[in-house]
Amino acid sequence: MAERTNNLTLKDIALRMLGLGVIDAVALWFTYVLLRDGLAVVAIVLVVVTILINWVFLSDKLYPVRWLTPGLLLMLLMVVYPLIFTIYVSLTNYSDGHILTKEQVIAQLQGRYYQPKDATSYKWTAYRNPSSGKFIVVLQDPQGKYYTASEEEGVKPLNVSGELPDKIGDYEKVDRIQSLKYLGDLEKLNIKSGDNLIRVSSLDTAKESRRQYTFDPSTDKLTDTETNTVYTPVRGTFTAPNGKTLDPGFATLVGLDNFLRIINDNNIKAPFFAVFVWTFVFAALSVLLTFALGLAVALLLNDKDLPFRGLFRSIAIIPYAIPAFISALIWVGLLNPLYGQVNGMLRSLFGISPDWFSDGTWAKAGILLINTWLGFPYMMLLCLGALQAIPTDMYEAANIDGAPAWVQFRSLTLPLLLVSVAPLLIGSFAFNFNNFTLIDIYAQGGPPIAGASTPAGQTDILISYTYRLAFGGGQGADYGLASAIALFIFTMVALITSFNFRYTRQLEEVT
Amino acid sequence: MYEASPAAQAATAGKAHARTRSLSTQRRINVTIKLILAIVLMLFALYPIPWIISASLSPSNTLVNQSIIPVGATLENYQKLFNDPQHPWLLWIRNSVIVSGVTAIITVALTSFAAYSFSRFRYRGRRTGLLSILLIQLFPNTLAITALFLLLKQIGSWIPPLGLNSLGGLTLIYIGGVLGFNTWLMKGFFDSIPRELDEAAIIDGATRFEVFTKIILPLARPILAVIGLLTFIATYGDFLVSRVILKSSDNFTLAVGMSLFIREQYNKQWGVFSAAALVGAVPIVILFFLVQKQLVSGLSSGAVKG
Repeated sequence: MAERTNNLTLKDIALRMLGLGVIDAVALWFTYVLLRDGLAVVAIVLVVVTILINWVFLSDKLYPVRWLTPGLLLMLLMVVYPLIFTIYVSLTNYSDGHILTKEQVIAQLQGRYYQPKDATSYKWTAYRNPSSGKFIVVLQDPQGKYYTASEEEGVKPLNVSGELPDKIGDYEKVDRIQSLKYLGDLEKLNIKSGDNLIRVSSLDTAKESRRQYTFDPSTDKLTDTETNTVYTPVRGTFTAPNGKTLDPGFATLVGLDNFLRIINDNNIKAPFFAVFVWTFVFAALSVLLTFALGLAVALLLNDKDLPFRGLFRSIAIIPYAIPAFISALIWVGLLNPLYGQVNGMLRSLFGISPDWFSDGTWAKAGILLINTWLGFPYMMLLCLGALQAIPTDMYEAANIDGAPAWVQFRSLTLPLLLVSVAPLLIGSFAFNFNNFTLIDIYAQGGPPIAGASTPAGQTDILISYTYRLAFGGGQGADYGLASAIALFIFTMVALITSFNFRYTRQLEEVT
Repeated sequence: MYEASPAAQAATAGKAHARTRSLSTQRRINVTIKLILAIVLMLFALYPIPWIISASLSPSNTLVNQSIIPVGATLENYQKLFNDPQHPWLLWIRNSVIVSGVTAIITVALTSFAAYSFSRFRYRGRRTGLLSILLIQLFPNTLAITALFLLLKQIGSWIPPLGLNSLGGLTLIYIGGVLGFNTWLMKGFFDSIPRELDEAAIIDGATRFEVFTKIILPLARPILAVIGLLTFIATYGDFLVSRVILKSSDNFTLAVGMSLFIREQYNKQWGVFSAAALVGAVPIVILFFLVQKQLVSGLSSGAVKG
């Protein structure tokens, strides 16, 4: 076979080199950025991936892999990496109050100063550079000695005989009235003097303050220089022997803490269990209800004698065709307890007016009602397809045997149907298991579960609960706990689908 | 198998003939009952739609005392979609269309590349690659939403147009999430295109790339369209990822903008919301009906629309 892959034109090669050159340049720049930001591991991964890309595009042997590369890279970045990162985060205390790295927290704490009782206070006079707007401050200590002080150059002695000069270099003296105008800017100056800091504290005085904390990397301890308290890091928080802690904490590995919290902390355990049970109930009932209604419609529309079958089929698909978030929002309006059309109808027919949103049971019923509406067309389409695949001679045989219609349905139609649609029912279960859109739009998980220490609602399912832990609620983000629960969902989904694989033997058919 | 004797067969036939007349009456009753049931079910399926159409035309803009035929119908609510600076509906719809469109196009391109490799070449690690993709795509990446959020936050500190609150970052997440499944779908279709065509072309001097662009892609046009449209529809309907990633009104997709707009505002903004719902839904419904035939066959291979 005369393949031309090897005798490429000059243009092809030039293009390929140009492409690789661009990729390598970008990768190089990124490696620099990553190293600068202290992410050495990511930098190494990037270098390895870049080398692999070059290899794939330069080696003729790897030609088939070239076609896979872009998609594979995106999948690694957006599917595989988040999965691994979820595992990592679930083992940390990453949350509001524990966002920064330990280094960042130490740097922040070391930037704190206090004013000791015996702090030196200086009289000050400001000088301003009119072109740059920068300041230097001339300080006079209690003994009468003068110093110049600036953020850039620190504190230096100044020889003054008699009055202060009107100008020091390019800086012009600021009189007292002008000083008032600039006081806000002057108070922001941080003038370093050795380990101490001098700050303008009022119109008259500048005070020396001392660094509050010193960190000793060899003992991994932080000392409060004012009180001589020693703080040791405990699970991402610097803690004193008497239990006093310093804010902010830092993100660190905490082992299985998040998982243990789910099991041991009563304020988390009870709502988690409730959410867990409702997730299963919701998914199972959704499948059951949509399947029952979908099958019923399919059986009706499968009757060749029924007029307008095509029209009915098209109408029945409409709920499936409308984007689910729009339908859900519409239904929330229609279910409005006071003004909604549904309760208007229920009031006039039965004299009842259910509270669809603040009563937990009714809220769950409302969600199932909407989901049945949203999902039955899918089931109808499935069942119509499956029904048509059932050989008609089986019904002829059953007719001859004189089996009544419902017996035919129960012992012929339903079993045959279930065989072909069971994997899709499981798929639908897995989909509803994570049906965030409906749950969040309906009532943001509400009404709330009483006594829960995490933001959990009575209609929350695991995925919406995870979302609320990580991004919602007034109780602050808890990415660690959210990731632990996300892993839990992953496990569930894996179990459900592995069951499905065994059922369909899909894996064995891979060629 | 038991064979009916000729006599028995004749008897059955006779009975059947005698039953025909009564059957046809019974069948008519049957069909009538079924027709009534079908109409009731259709009323259920269509229930929200007349209310929404009526509300979108009604000048009152509230749920309170809505009638099914609007009093003093007006297009006011639709006009508000165009000129409400606080709620830039057109911008939201545009964002949704851009994100979904780009996602669909890039997904089709990348999956067709990957599927071509899996379908046409034989190399070590190919089966493993296929199986890994199948396994990976079982874990919807939206479940790792916390990790995706933190990932985009990090990326955004270097490249803001791909970070948090950016349509670029959102698009990347969407594409990554749908590649696996669609590669499988596409590979299945490519497998059905006879390899003899490729070989003939290669003998005629075509390169592998020319085989891909001039033979495979034209023949695979139906599946390209289906995957593109389904990806578009699914992306357009996403709520979780967009809700987490997008923060400022200018970058909202319709799903985020619309849900935040109407939350707690049902009494005051029902009319405008209804108009927006119709404008936002009708194009998707039309697209959906375009692909529904292929969808039915795709359904049996496990595609669940979001």
